[in-house]
Amino acid sequence: MQSTEPLKRTPLHTEHLAAGGKMVPFGGWDMPVQYSGILAEHTAVRERVGLFDISHMGEFLVAGPNAEKALNGLLSNDVTKLAVGQAQYTLMCNHGGGVVDDLIIYRLEPSLYLVIVNAGNIGKDFAWMKDEATVTAVIDDRSERFAALALQGPAASKLSDFSAALPHFHIQRHTVFGKECWVARTGYTGEDGFEIFCEATDAAHLWRTLLEKGKAFGILPCGLGARDTLRLEMCYPLYGNDLSDETTPLEAGLGKFVALDKGKFIGSDVLVEQKAKGVERKLVAFTMTDKSPPPRPHYTIHANGGKVGEVTSGTQSPTLGIGIGMGYVETATAAAGTPIEIEIRGKKFGAVIQKKPILKKGT
Amino acid sequence: MNIPKNLKYAKTHEWVRVEGDIAVVGISDHAQHELTDVVYAEMPAIGAHLEAGKECAVVESVKAASDIYAPVSGDVVAINEELSSAPELLNQDPYDKGWMFKVKMSDASELNELLSPDDYAHHIGA
Repeated sequence: MQSTEPLKRTPLHTEHLAAGGKMVPFGGWDMPVQYSGILAEHTAVRERVGLFDISHMGEFLVAGPNAEKALNGLLSNDVTKLAVGQAQYTLMCNHGGGVVDDLIIYRLEPSLYLVIVNAGNIGKDFAWMKDEATVTAVIDDRSERFAALALQGPAASKLSDFSAALPHFHIQRHTVFGKECWVARTGYTGEDGFEIFCEATDAAHLWRTLLEKGKAFGILPCGLGARDTLRLEMCYPLYGNDLSDETTPLEAGLGKFVALDKGKFIGSDVLVEQKAKGVERKLVAFTMTDKSPPPRPHYTIHANGGKVGEVTSGTQSPTLGIGIGMGYVETATAAAGTPIEIEIRGKKFGAVIQKKPILKKGT
Repeated sequence: MNIPKNLKYAKTHEWVRVEGDIAVVGISDHAQHELTDVVYAEMPAIGAHLEAGKECAVVESVKAASDIYAPVSGDVVAINEELSSAPELLNQDPYDKGWMFKVKMSDASELNELLSPDDYAHHIGA
């Protein structure tokens, strides 16, 4: 999205410049795409530990006696199944079943939820939730006050004492190196790790301390480049690439986060019908079988001599050393194992549809 | 930034080493640094005729594809086959093992249009 607005800076902007971060615009923010290099940072997270600034993400608090009901009408997953301290991945749909945003909600207290939204969608989501909530709840955009860090990798749990009692996909209040934070065992990399939500003014202290403590484990500060290759190996969708107002969660293969049995929510009528009829296109993962340039968004996907879809995300997998991607294809060609071709600068290269995730891990 | 004195440079960050009527072409240290980790290099075909200033190759990093422009006109007489299996040579050794292709120049006067090492340093703000 191009805009003439000045780019926003996270509370860690000066830390990024000091660490040699190469800054790029992302979702309206001036963010580091890399420091030492995407491949090195990717490997650090897969094998050791990496630290990301995710302060560009938006944080809303939803509170009040009707908070659960308000969220349940706005979101696809079943909010009533969420116990205090638990996290849930969910979609916010429009009335046509398209995706307004994909988000994580945390139940902090019985009537208090933390909602994490994508950086580029903060304004849109906030307006949508305010306008579309069918019962009254306090919906507060705290994005400016919150900073957030993601500590990710197999060694992440060795850096502090907050891991011991914190199960996967849960959140707890913790004092981290002297600062009060919400610490969640969540992430966007496929590795064990934590997302730490803190006061903006505490972010630099936490950033420096985590990098210092992580030295013994080979920590690297990591940018959006590695964040993208890590999530794509796991087939986690990226809003704006793989999800949009025009695509439904069922088309995106996110049906398990759509609780059609919970009662009505925005978009549910369309989704119920789509589920009954079956989707016409599906978001699939693929790997290149030919040596090829890395697949990229908007390259066309071909099968049986015709165009069947388009790439929405693509890269060279640092872990596998081959081109990987995701894209929407006609349902008839969406089964794992189907041979397809990706057209790159007028030339077609062989690929094959894979079961998600592309990177099969033990965990 | 490493800018060898024995080379000429294009504003688009290719370098040229003149060997008689042959121009050896690669990308500058500055370019490889800006491109970040190179994972794929698409080369011109041997025998292809290149025109100075026109796109003739593509270098791809994890994040993006970048066009490479022919710094001089002429026919491609050799390409660096090693880059097909080891594109990272473009990052590791851009001026030697990471050379890209050789062109038999059709108009050596085009070399005068290229930048000296000092002018290139100025161009990239080094």
